[in-house]
Amino acid sequence: MALISRGFSGRPRSDEPDLPPGQYLTSDFPVLSAGPTPRVPLDTWAFTIVTEAGERHSWDWKAFRQLPAEDLTVDLHCVTRWSKLGTSWRGVSLDTLLEDVETAAEYAHVRSYGGYTTNLPLEDLLDGQAWIAFEYDGEDLAPEHGGPARLLVPHLYLWKSAKWVQGLILTPEDEPGFWETAGYHIYGDPWREQRYAGD
Amino acid sequence: MTDSFSTSLPAPDGSAPDGTATVPEPAFLDGNAAAGPLRELFTVDLTAAVGTCASCGDAGPLGGVRLFTQAPGLVGRCPGCEDVLFTLVRSERDTYLSMKGFTTLRFPTAG
Repeated sequence: MALISRGFSGRPRSDEPDLPPGQYLTSDFPVLSAGPTPRVPLDTWAFTIVTEAGERHSWDWKAFRQLPAEDLTVDLHCVTRWSKLGTSWRGVSLDTLLEDVETAAEYAHVRSYGGYTTNLPLEDLLDGQAWIAFEYDGEDLAPEHGGPARLLVPHLYLWKSAKWVQGLILTPEDEPGFWETAGYHIYGDPWREQRYAGD
Repeated sequence: MTDSFSTSLPAPDGSAPDGTATVPEPAFLDGNAAAGPLRELFTVDLTAAVGTCASCGDAGPLGGVRLFTQAPGLVGRCPGCEDVLFTLVRSERDTYLSMKGFTTLRFPTAG
């Protein structure tokens, strides 16, 4: 690979062209967690979307798995500076889950089994940008990586891709989640290096 | 199926109110591991301070919390109810400390 100087202007860039600024490449899959790992039995699992009007759309595991799923290969960028490229997942697009949901809300507050929360604009969940993933690398998603199912929003830092996802609350205001309340950025775009609240 | 949206923390028997079983992972340290980062912020040794959990009311020394470190920040959880007691996030520029999981912290008055 040819070495191309990026010069001295702007923020330091990663040497790898596929890496956002300040990230390094890893080949393993580090497990980060703010608490114990919930074990969620499939017979009690449900994914629920609640609109700002209080309308609920809910899928149990059987109904969820009957939805059309797709295979995807995406890059992951963790705010702790590791990136993992070309990861393989299978999941249901949020476009499918939100298809029949009537809402004027602009934001989604994501809630997980175990109490984790995060937040993001609703438009970041649409147009093929986000999935509820249930397989990683051809296997059922392991609990330590968020199984039975996790949100996957690969264009934002990985803390937005909530493990053990339980549902979305659609809201008119952007309500900070767990790490957003604790000092991390409200949006978290890795390509703009939006790590902390003041970035 | 349940579409309960409760995400509260495990009951004393280890099962969460939503029916999920949670198993504490070995991936936490005791709160004494937070002594260094906290000493940079406070002149007293906070690991000996007695904190009262705002969620369950249990009281104990800060050194006895469950400290999760494999995360984007330090997360201290109550050993009784596992609710979050404090978070500590540090960037090169700023430190963000949240102690909102404590109703009080008690430590000897200096002097």
